[in-house]
Amino acid sequence: MEESASSIVQLSHVYLDYIQDNQPGATVVEDISLSIKRGEKFVIIGPSGCGKTTLIKAIGGFLKPRRGEVLVNHQLVRQPGPDRAFVFQDFEQLFAWRTVLENVVYALRVTKHLSRREAVAKARFYLELVEVAAAADKYPHMLSGGMKQRAALARALALEPDILLMDEPFGALDAITRNQLQLELNEIWKRTGVTIVLVTHSIEEAVFLGHRVLVMSSSPAQIREIVETSQAEDLDSPAFADLTKHLHSLLIRHKTPLNPPAEPITGEIKALELSTVE
Amino acid sequence: MSLGLSEPVVQSQASASKVRTVPKWLIYVLIGAGFILLWQLYISFGNVSPLLLASPLATAQQLFTDLRNGQLPGATEVSLQNLAIGLGFGILIGLILASLSTFSRPGRYLLTVLTAVFSPLPGIAILPLAMLWFGLSPSAIIAVVVFGAIWPISANTETGFRTIGATTRMVALNLGLSRIQTIRDVFLPAALPHIISGLRLAWAFGWRTVVGAEIVFGVAGSSGGLGWYINNASYFLNPPAIFAGLVVISALGVLLDTLFQWIERQTIVKWGMKQAH
Repeated sequence: MEESASSIVQLSHVYLDYIQDNQPGATVVEDISLSIKRGEKFVIIGPSGCGKTTLIKAIGGFLKPRRGEVLVNHQLVRQPGPDRAFVFQDFEQLFAWRTVLENVVYALRVTKHLSRREAVAKARFYLELVEVAAAADKYPHMLSGGMKQRAALARALALEPDILLMDEPFGALDAITRNQLQLELNEIWKRTGVTIVLVTHSIEEAVFLGHRVLVMSSSPAQIREIVETSQAEDLDSPAFADLTKHLHSLLIRHKTPLNPPAEPITGEIKALELSTVE
Repeated sequence: MSLGLSEPVVQSQASASKVRTVPKWLIYVLIGAGFILLWQLYISFGNVSPLLLASPLATAQQLFTDLRNGQLPGATEVSLQNLAIGLGFGILIGLILASLSTFSRPGRYLLTVLTAVFSPLPGIAILPLAMLWFGLSPSAIIAVVVFGAIWPISANTETGFRTIGATTRMVALNLGLSRIQTIRDVFLPAALPHIISGLRLAWAFGWRTVVGAEIVFGVAGSSGGLGWYINNASYFLNPPAIFAGLVVISALGVLLDTLFQWIERQTIVKWGMKQAH
């Protein structure tokens, strides 16, 4: 492939099993091949339970493919590592027993073996960047959800990873905080140029943040389509509306099969959120 | 009519807010003082033999005398030393067992069996065996305290390790921490609420065991300790000294419990892992 020179992540014919309690379960990801470019913002979207989290965990090295290969920097992924810094949805990702600053300092000390002074300086830089410096000396439980996610993002960025892996990082936040953080993530990407792989179930978030959006189908999880969305950063542009509509049709179409569903659909189906559709 | 009805309500509200402003420790001290007063009244008007029951005053005098002449401080030091050494080894072994159990399957089976078999055994029941092996020495007492401390600490720590969230574990993996770093920097602090619960059980168990063992050793025990002090006082028909010894044992218990509360405030309460009470 001509794109392989600039690609940072390569998946070739990857099959992933869903693993719970060390018991291999059903195959959730089947035969996925794709390539993510260095410096790209790559978004994975799909209905709940479609295996998008499983996929990003495989890139992170938390899961081994049953078949196929996951390459990062042309090297086979064997285990997790700080070159692929992970930001989770869960607020509990910060160490409760360390202040915000110490969370970042600790991560830097153990991964980069910096002196304490260097680590503190670097940590403060990234806390400033993500605008959480005011909370540097607070313990995580004292922070709002948005501030916790900022701190986690600062810690991940401070590792200066090759790839920032984000698994629904704003999923548990209120809409206003979420929009604010989406804006800022774009700004941070412009300043750092870090490769971002982001999992979401929000179509707007996907179109707004992504250069490309991988739309997954569920059971088995396969690539439905990879949509180019880099031209749609302006929320009011016609391109944004068109892409949103396109993703919407891709994701919702397969939720209404020709034969009527066995169980009645309960709950209101929101226009742009898929979380209520199982 | 309305005035007559509203008045008691206002009064009860006023008294309720008054109760809230009285500091808790003062209430506790008043309750204690009440009991001491009842005790003294019983002695003064109850015609009790002073060989059976010492008065608060006599107890206080004995306490003061034996604190000054060094008998009680010496005995306290011996008991606390046995407790501290025993707990130290117990904590170390308990944490190692919990780590083995968390990171290896055979380790988990081992800990399950050991805990099931040994934790129901009272420390005092182990004492005869310890005496057989170690003689009438502090080593025997320490061995029993170690034995008693291992199970609550390892079981609680293991529970603490096992309930650490998947996200926390993944962060540790993501940072590429070594096994030692993972246990020391992530698992131990994350499990601290459980570990402290285990410690509280272990020291309470150990404290009872130390005093009990010293009494079992009796006058033959050359090393001393608070249990020995009480036993001695009983032997020489000295009730004030018996009571003085009990006061010290109880006071040290309260003090140690306060110490644990302080440790909790400095750690898991500050970190939001436990609500302050």
